[in-house]
Amino acid sequence: MTKKSIKCRVNGVNREYFVDVRSSLMDLLRGPAGLDSIKHGCDVGECGACTVLINGRPFNSCIYLAVWAEGKEIVTLEGVTNPDGSLSDIQQAFVDEGAVQCGICTPGFIMASIPIINQETPSTREEIRRQISGNLCRCTGYQKIVDAIEKTQKKRIAEKKKG
Amino acid sequence: MYDFNALYEANTLQEALELKATYPHALLLAGGSDILIKLRDGKYTGCDLISIYTLDELRGVELLDDGTIVIKPLTSFTDVAQNPILLKYVPTLCEAVEQIGAPQVRNIGTIGGNICNGVTSADSATTLKAYDAMLVIESQKGKRILPYLEFNLGPGKVDLKEDEILTAITISKESYNATYGHYIKYAKRKAMDIATLGCSVNVTLSGDKSKIERLRIAFGVAAPIPVRGINTEKETQGHPVNAELLNLIRERVLDDVTPRDSWRASKEFRLHLIQELAVRATREAIIKGGGSIDD
Amino acid sequence: MLSEPNQTKLTQKMPILTLEEMMSIVGRSLNRVDASDKVTGKAKYTGDLVTPNTLVAKVLHSTIANGVVKSFNLDEAWKVAGVVDIVTCFDVPDIAFPTAGHPWSTVEAYQDIADRKLLNTRVRLYGDDIAAVIAETEIAAQRALKKIEVTYEEYKPLLTIEEALANTEIPIHDEFPTNIVKSHKYEIGNFEEAIKAPNLIKVEGEYETPIVKHCHIEPAISFAYEEAGKIVVVSSTQIPHIVRRVCSQALGLPIGKIRIIKPYIGGGFGNRQDALTEPLNAYLTTRVRGRPVKLEYTREETFAFTRVRHAMHFKITSYLNREGDFVARSVKAYSNQGGYASHAHALVANAINAFRMMYPVGAIKGEAYTVYTNLATAGAMRAYGIPQISFALESHIDDIAKVTGLDPIAIRKRNMMKLGYVDPITTITCHSTGLEECIERGEKYLNYSEKREKYSKQSGAIRRGVGMSIFCYKSCVYPINLETSACRLVLNQDGSAQLQMGATEIGQGADTVFTMMAAETLGFTIDKIHLISRQDTDVTPYDSGAYGSRQTYVGGMSVKKTAEKFKAEILKFAGKLLKRDPWDLDIVENQVVRKNKKEPLISVADVAIEACYSLKESIHIAAEETHHCSDNTYAFGVCFVEIEVDIPLCQIKVVDIINVHDSGKIINLQTATGQVHGGMSMGLGYGLTEYLKFDPKTGRMLNDNLLDYKLMTAIDTPELHADFVMPYDPTGPYGNKALGEPPTIPVAPALRNALLNATGVAVNSNPLNPQKLFYAFKEANLI
Repeated sequence: MTKKSIKCRVNGVNREYFVDVRSSLMDLLRGPAGLDSIKHGCDVGECGACTVLINGRPFNSCIYLAVWAEGKEIVTLEGVTNPDGSLSDIQQAFVDEGAVQCGICTPGFIMASIPIINQETPSTREEIRRQISGNLCRCTGYQKIVDAIEKTQKKRIAEKKKG
Repeated sequence: MYDFNALYEANTLQEALELKATYPHALLLAGGSDILIKLRDGKYTGCDLISIYTLDELRGVELLDDGTIVIKPLTSFTDVAQNPILLKYVPTLCEAVEQIGAPQVRNIGTIGGNICNGVTSADSATTLKAYDAMLVIESQKGKRILPYLEFNLGPGKVDLKEDEILTAITISKESYNATYGHYIKYAKRKAMDIATLGCSVNVTLSGDKSKIERLRIAFGVAAPIPVRGINTEKETQGHPVNAELLNLIRERVLDDVTPRDSWRASKEFRLHLIQELAVRATREAIIKGGGSIDD
Repeated sequence: MLSEPNQTKLTQKMPILTLEEMMSIVGRSLNRVDASDKVTGKAKYTGDLVTPNTLVAKVLHSTIANGVVKSFNLDEAWKVAGVVDIVTCFDVPDIAFPTAGHPWSTVEAYQDIADRKLLNTRVRLYGDDIAAVIAETEIAAQRALKKIEVTYEEYKPLLTIEEALANTEIPIHDEFPTNIVKSHKYEIGNFEEAIKAPNLIKVEGEYETPIVKHCHIEPAISFAYEEAGKIVVVSSTQIPHIVRRVCSQALGLPIGKIRIIKPYIGGGFGNRQDALTEPLNAYLTTRVRGRPVKLEYTREETFAFTRVRHAMHFKITSYLNREGDFVARSVKAYSNQGGYASHAHALVANAINAFRMMYPVGAIKGEAYTVYTNLATAGAMRAYGIPQISFALESHIDDIAKVTGLDPIAIRKRNMMKLGYVDPITTITCHSTGLEECIERGEKYLNYSEKREKYSKQSGAIRRGVGMSIFCYKSCVYPINLETSACRLVLNQDGSAQLQMGATEIGQGADTVFTMMAAETLGFTIDKIHLISRQDTDVTPYDSGAYGSRQTYVGGMSVKKTAEKFKAEILKFAGKLLKRDPWDLDIVENQVVRKNKKEPLISVADVAIEACYSLKESIHIAAEETHHCSDNTYAFGVCFVEIEVDIPLCQIKVVDIINVHDSGKIINLQTATGQVHGGMSMGLGYGLTEYLKFDPKTGRMLNDNLLDYKLMTAIDTPELHADFVMPYDPTGPYGNKALGEPPTIPVAPALRNALLNATGVAVNSNPLNPQKLFYAFKEANLI
């Protein structure tokens, strides 16, 4: 079993991990990194529950080798919560819109929504749906998830306009 | 945790070619969205892997002076879909890869991987075949250039020797100039699905838009490998743009395909889709090319 | 107005509106109490609680569907580094046990069928559990599994009901020599006499529903260890107290020696209303002297080797007069059980009961068979047999409309259940109904009647269609099964309280509505109720768990009863402090007040601190009550849908869809709407895309993953609309009735009826997937 040292930035902090090269990024994050917001649903990139941001883009951490994280900027749901522990706007929107039920898919959905809410121009609901189509949810029918993302995107675009 | 034996990480193309020469049986890992899944499924247990994922020199799209478009194989589907060169000259390819999986899959999946795993359902394959893409294949011994049309040898089998790596996909200016295409992916879901059938058509119309100067049509899942509709293409050259053209295509495409029965779809249903999609994709391509057509 | 012999004429009133108006918390749209933990990743699920030194267990599944394991060769498997133990079907206790999530029946005849062992020598489905490996790592366990050689005696797989009924030389279970698990019949009135009436129209139809899957996003998972002389199983289950009993039965241990802990779970939908990995997991930890062992199924295992929804086949015959009144109806149903009994006949029995209840007019007879086959084991899934019968029955109603030229809504309204109906077999009474208003709102929303007329005259490749469907659903399982629920409230020194329920949160929002109910009855604000979400059978009051849409109805009553007792205790102590008669006191917003007055006399916090620390008379105020439920009531609802059909592409696009529900008083509009959306989405899948396929030769499940099983993604899902009609049900604790399961029921038949409207093609099986449409359209000469 070969181990390797991996240096990366996780939720804004420089980290170094010593990992079995056979690990997936999910193994690394849920294991040595202790970030268990990342949920395991299928192991093959079909459900999106393990979605994290790598250099700003959503990836399924279950089918991404841990060694590829070298030098990357990784953000998980733990890094979305405000530093003071309060909820960020997108998390609050998920709460307020009722976008959460059993909650197992929620971390993945919030991570997949980050690039959407950071867009400069508003998306149609159809576009939002397309961008979260790699995340499966069996509880909500997606309706309120789309509501939460749409609301947060609108809010952020309005804030940017104000300056 | 994946149950493979060894992981060799290449930091340069040169290293990758060396590793491939040294460990010819090792599997080449690009984005891994195919190999890692099969590995987990027990198909490659105990295998050796050569990871080329971090080779940025194999990423990106370039436009050469002669107008040739060069797509590096590790370019992710997301980057293919958003690339300004491709959007300008071969937007059909962008549209096709936009229909692969979902954002996460498009971020990890590479166009080279899509081609090299040799499946008939590959969404990029039909369009690349329809545009007569060429493949640049390298080994330590040298470089060879191969028409993509000759690359697929059978289901999951491609003309890539054990020490070789695909290093570029090219589309010539002649192939895309004044040419308009359309891709239809027919699947059971609008995302996260494998094509039940794929059809990519591109047309070059006469100046007055009344005639087909060139029509190329390719199918996925209509045969064991992605195929071109050679018979259809021949018969449509120079054909007036009219309803008869669509009828001709509807008839002729059946000579070009050999779909099979599987639990995913019956042969009969696939044949029906082949006809329907060929007509619809052609009509769309003609409209994009400035022509008009009534049924 | 019709006069039916078995329906009482009563005009609908909402008699207790004043009581409803008095409620200040129930009925509000409040955020979930668990939402904050779930959006930050703080919420712990079973997999998050596994300790690092936990051993990993993997199950060896048979590669035949029908036969017997003759022997194993374990030599190579034992050589794999990291293997700790290998257990085979020849090693486990020789005890057959049941897995269904029903409360235990003390009457032997009603007990669940005990037909499986921890590992089985007699193989009854492709992938039956025949051995298990415990190893230090997952890789070691997987490698060892691959090295186990198995010798089988193989029998022909019996994959259809017909095959199973025709091939009984070697029954799937020796105790069931005909392969029929159970059958039963009923007759209301005299069917044969009734059909002798003159001028009746007879309509017959056969309908089929597929095997589908729950698809909760968290796979089946548990881990087990021994502590304090007990086996502790931490599991993602809907039914911790039942799983405890099943584990005790499976291992032959006293129930007190088993402890089940249920943290947050990633969805259930009925699959986890069954003991899944827990009994074997409990046994495996005993094999390694109580070391923690994790048994987590992969997605593929979760698909193939947990439970599925029963495929059912229905033959329906209806006789009606020219006005559209039913005179006689019959249904004959067959249900494909798969390899093990699980919930067995209860589902198809529920289905043919609903056949009667939905249109309780004229003579009605029903007949049902549940048959063992060598397919995946069927169990509970959202709405327990009703999606199946509703697809058949509601399709049949539109077939009747087509044959007779009658209006489909008019037929339904004439014959559907009315207020005061008492079911002659179950005695379940219709205490409230808003069904008529549900239909009217749906009709109006979609402009259904006008569109139906317009769309029936289309030609061309792309067509529109509208369809609708109605349903009724019981609010709990009484009187078919025991309905009982307990609750505990404990007062803190700051005037807040712990609320502890045996009823479980499985994503549906139970914790939130229980919190609201307790706050309502106590006069507390929401923030003063601390609900303990996690169940631990050692300390949690008894409740059978989350199923049958029973939580707000049965569990809600136990909250109400306990809160009333708890409040009385608080006021008793407050009365002493205030030197007032406690009967003259009340609590409003955490303050003790005089009844019907607003001025605070003392805060509950001050009462609590005095009660706890009083030097004269300390008392630790708590209450625990059981609600033994002995009533039931019907929830109702409708789905109205508009579709666009691309005939050449054999594709259906949903243009607009609404569900309107009568679930009585809605406790929390936000969570209720969420339940409706989720149910509609599941119904859309059932109607359009979802079904499990099996290899016809081997019985192996072919699409056992989320790529090949077409669960809808966000982009496949249309905008969903939900509406509620809210009659206050006098039997519900807060006027409420069932809601969790119902939303999924009416969608598939509404879609099917919309297709009929659009194309004139009656497809009598779901889902309406493209290939099926291709052959249907071909037969109808549309393509």
